[in-house]
Amino acid sequence: MRLPPSVPIFLLLAMPLVLPLGAHAGYVFDLGARIAILGIAALSLNFLLGAGGLVSFGHAAYLAIGAYGVAILDANAIHNAAVVVPVVLAASLVFSLPTGAVALRTRGVNFIMITLAFSQMVYFAAGSLADYGGDDGYTLTARTTWFHAKPLATPYGFYATCVALLLGCYLLCRAMVASRFGRALRAIRQDRQRVQGLGINPFSIQLTAIAIGGMMAALAGALLANAAEFASPAYAAWQRSGDLLIMVILGGAGSVHGAILGAAAVVLAEEALGSVTEHWRILYGPLLVLAVIFFRGGLAGIGRPKG
Amino acid sequence: MTPQPKLSLRGLCKRYGALVVTDDLSLDVQRGTIHAVIGPNGAGKTSLLNQIFGSVTPDAGSVWLDGRDITDLPIHRRARLGLIRSFQIVSILPEFSVLENVALAAQAKAGSSFRFFRAAARETVLNDAARLALAKVGLTTVETTIAGGLSHGEKRQLELAIALAAQPGLLLLDEPLAGAGVEEAARLIGILRALAGECTIVLVEHDMDAVFALADTVTVLAEGRILASGSPAEIRQDAAVRAVYLGDTC
Ligand SMILES: Nc1ncnc2c1ncn2[C@@H]1O[C@H](COP(=O)(O)OP(=O)(O)OP(=O)(O)O)[C@@H](O)[C@H]1O
Ligand SMILES: [Mg+2]
Repeated sequence: MRLPPSVPIFLLLAMPLVLPLGAHAGYVFDLGARIAILGIAALSLNFLLGAGGLVSFGHAAYLAIGAYGVAILDANAIHNAAVVVPVVLAASLVFSLPTGAVALRTRGVNFIMITLAFSQMVYFAAGSLADYGGDDGYTLTARTTWFHAKPLATPYGFYATCVALLLGCYLLCRAMVASRFGRALRAIRQDRQRVQGLGINPFSIQLTAIAIGGMMAALAGALLANAAEFASPAYAAWQRSGDLLIMVILGGAGSVHGAILGAAAVVLAEEALGSVTEHWRILYGPLLVLAVIFFRGGLAGIGRPKG
Repeated sequence: MTPQPKLSLRGLCKRYGALVVTDDLSLDVQRGTIHAVIGPNGAGKTSLLNQIFGSVTPDAGSVWLDGRDITDLPIHRRARLGLIRSFQIVSILPEFSVLENVALAAQAKAGSSFRFFRAAARETVLNDAARLALAKVGLTTVETTIAGGLSHGEKRQLELAIALAAQPGLLLLDEPLAGAGVEEAARLIGILRALAGECTIVLVEHDMDAVFALADTVTVLAEGRILASGSPAEIRQDAAVRAVYLGDTC
């Protein structure tokens, strides 16, 4: 029997937790947490794009919504995840349901543009929050807690939490893609009218997918704010939405675990190229082109038999 | 007292610019019958099915299913009332396996698609229903094949299996025999005849032998209007029909 590809990925992610890292611990945990957090965001976008065929160019809006959820509660001295997480998820729904309903009236390029427009609204709205730093962003006074426990306070605890949440989101996405709901979602991507003609409402299926994907990305945003102890309008910038799309496409939208590979590849490439030259995106561009041309099916497609 | 028709069309009109594709058309389809709609190319047969199905909104007139006005219902709501169609241009899900194509229809019939955790491919109820439909059309041996790779004839069979698994009350078939070989056609005709006991069928078909063998009622359409309607025997005798339609194809 072949090992599912997700097993080596998570074994690798768990290694820093059990290996002695010595002086490098801080660096490794930092980098690893970034991979895990962006991995969650990429997983959620992959759920929309890979399964649903919904090319959202505004997914970073949810990162900002998650981050500002943490920031605004922080300003009100609320740090308990038992409050923070539900508030962040609810905030993402307040955004995803109306904007998703509008965006789903359109298809193709118009859908891409309208999701971009909505995320720009979040970008400017965040910049206008004068009480929370405006364009300069907001620095947290403390990280999110779990009642009196502070699992995010140490680099080790923070990384472990991120990996655990990544694993949870991965298992959730995999189950959902294979479920009745995921089957309907995958079917609508192929032939909307065929599915509707069987009695399934494509609009409510797709809107539900957008809501779920948005909640997952908002969770990533909350973690991102905790990682940097900072929330900034830039979290919603369109470049970030583009980065998320790159992760999904590079990793391979046809598989669930591809999103994690894509996030890892982008973060590591940034790290490696960024230390060579500050103009690293010049190198990053051609690398991306080569990767998309030569790895059909993305990183997740490497070594898989062609067919 | 006449029994309530399964389907009633009242004063249906549809035009594209100057082209009238449905011209003040009224029609009753009786419960449990096979009602054939024939007519030359461009007569407006597919357009008529589209308006019953719900993908095209008529400019005027109404569509009634089981005595209920469904003119303003969206496609999926009509399907939930048992109105299912097959398409003239095969419409299957090319990335799904043959089995999953049909299992989706069974899933839609079984009710909620809002289940998020259990693997749909392992739901034996859905798979059993799907296999039953596949067996009826003779596709059992290819159930694991990706549907996009089927031959054209097999895709037509699959399309029918999808419709069967949806357990329609009213089935709209748009040229189900197009492109089928003699043997395949005979098989499909057998399936349709068996199906007639379970549901009402509106059959658009160019194969006259099949139409006269299967139909209880035949309606002849030309330029969006009903030219004649009656039993197969009556239609065969109708002079106007012979002139416009049967004359130039037979
Ligand atoms: N969306 C549309 N816009 C403009 N014209 C259309 C449209 N749909 C159909 N028509 C025209 O309406 C007429 C009737 O088309 P329809 O497809 O209903 O005919 P049909 O009887 O099914 O023909 P066939 O036997 O070739 O399938 C044709 O002339 C067609 O070109
Ligand atoms: Mg037609």
